[in-house]
Amino acid sequence: MQSGLLPTIAHRLAVLAYVVFALFPLFWLLKVSVTPNDLLYSEGVRMWPSATTFEHYAHVLRHSAFPTFFKNSVIVSGSTAVIVTLLASLSGYALSRFSFRSKYWIVALMLLTQMFPLVMLVAPIFKILSPLGLTNSLTGLVIVYSAFNVPFATFLMQSFFDGIPKDLEEAAMIDGATRFTAFRQIILPLTLPGIAATLGFVFTAAWSELLFALMLINGNDAATFPVGLLTFVSKFSVDFGQMMAAGILALIPAGFFFLLIQRYLVQGLTAGAVKG
Amino acid sequence: MSLAGTMGGHTRKPWLKRLADTSEPYLYSAPSLILIVTVMLVPLALGISYAFRDIQLLNPFSGGFIGLDHFRALGEDTAFYRALKNTLWWTGASVFLQFTFGLILALLLDKPFWGRGVVQALVFLPWAVPSFLAGLNWAWLFNPVIGPLPHWFFALGLIDQPTNLLSDPHYAMWGPILANVWWGIPFFAITLLAALQAIPRDLYEAASIDGATGLQRFTSITLPFLAPTIAITVLLRTVWISNFADLIVVMTGGGPADRTQIVASYIFTQAFRRLDFGYASAIALVLLALLMAYSMLIILLRQSLLSKD
Repeated sequence: MQSGLLPTIAHRLAVLAYVVFALFPLFWLLKVSVTPNDLLYSEGVRMWPSATTFEHYAHVLRHSAFPTFFKNSVIVSGSTAVIVTLLASLSGYALSRFSFRSKYWIVALMLLTQMFPLVMLVAPIFKILSPLGLTNSLTGLVIVYSAFNVPFATFLMQSFFDGIPKDLEEAAMIDGATRFTAFRQIILPLTLPGIAATLGFVFTAAWSELLFALMLINGNDAATFPVGLLTFVSKFSVDFGQMMAAGILALIPAGFFFLLIQRYLVQGLTAGAVKG
Repeated sequence: MSLAGTMGGHTRKPWLKRLADTSEPYLYSAPSLILIVTVMLVPLALGISYAFRDIQLLNPFSGGFIGLDHFRALGEDTAFYRALKNTLWWTGASVFLQFTFGLILALLLDKPFWGRGVVQALVFLPWAVPSFLAGLNWAWLFNPVIGPLPHWFFALGLIDQPTNLLSDPHYAMWGPILANVWWGIPFFAITLLAALQAIPRDLYEAASIDGATGLQRFTSITLPFLAPTIAITVLLRTVWISNFADLIVVMTGGGPADRTQIVASYIFTQAFRRLDFGYASAIALVLLALLMAYSMLIILLRQSLLSKD
């Protein structure tokens, strides 16, 4: 498609506007996190402070509980991502390759879990986990987050499996391999981009979860990053520099994971869509 | 398609092999299903029973069956009606704006240009920002002490003095909505871009050879191809956003004076702050009933769209 100079300029300007809108809030977070306290109020709306400092980061890393929150969040999100991806590869494969009697009901059940308000479960889950000693524990969070993420991850993995020709494992099965061997040795390696995308999706979702973490966790020892940051905000609401430094730190793992997988994101979803 | 083809041979196989074949899909899906049932369906059933019981965490004498008392109280709860109205407003505005800007972004990114990969990573970045952080980040932007927005609005003459939008009862809802739009545009852009890239390119070439204008190509090729994706993502997203309380809990806590309270955040407030699990579950049950009708529609639509292919 040929296009003239004017549409091209309009296109680039529109793209630029989106980039600015997407990045500005994060830029502001970064800006305040490196602004020294004495300049914070006097240079309120300046785009960049006349002097910068890393004292907020140093303080957050050395004299606060944030490193613990960070570690807790990494443990919870990492375990959830691995467990969910494992389970979702199996169930996604089942939905992609078999046509069986209750498939319709399984799909309906999984869609249902995507649609009812999870906030409904806050109270009952608390009541169930409490006598089991799973409140105020990272294990409890991992179990809850895994269940919440399995349905979507299953659909995602299904779309990746759908993009792989069935002849591949059928050929292996004619050669005498069991289906499970064919699945492990032929199909799974081909879905590595899908596995990476699912891991990233689930890690990010678990990293961001707030309401259940607030309800199930109290006290600093098992607090995840969102809980820790919100507690910090309500307690020391004037330490803006430190809060934003902590915010930037919370952004790092999720942003990193995202940049790794975002290339596969559109590709993977396209693969799912192309199959039709 | 080819799945149906493999079914024909079943009757001639020995029964043990047949049993192994029929149980195979269940073995693959069992771990996921067990987890979903124990952690989601059992609490769901329990939550429904709470709606008819007096359950307050801090009151050791609570727990009795009280029938429809919660629902009678709910009928007279003006905060609940306000939350319902706010939910419609919050969901409608967020979905409409996210979808519109998401579609425009997908169309912009569908054209090849220099540096597209980098731009794509940058504009999708808000999607990776944890929701609590997105909420805090926007709350800070609206804060006149450290944020630029009140000063810009003031300079543009939109407000009389640089105050916090989030504490203005009339406009506070726009704060979480704006944060939600910022955060949700990438979701629509990603899904729509994937669908756009699946449209065969030769269709466009054929259309331009036949002399179709850009607008004609958009309405007669792009839109029909996107329609199923648009329908499903908008419907699913509507349900999801109406339940999405994180931004509101973080940014306003439902205030000022319940002006930004949606049903989902109201449920959370009842459970988390007042520890009144019974009343929270009763509100949740009403919300569930409302969403159920809507969800049935989506399941039917999904089935009919899938069987058409």
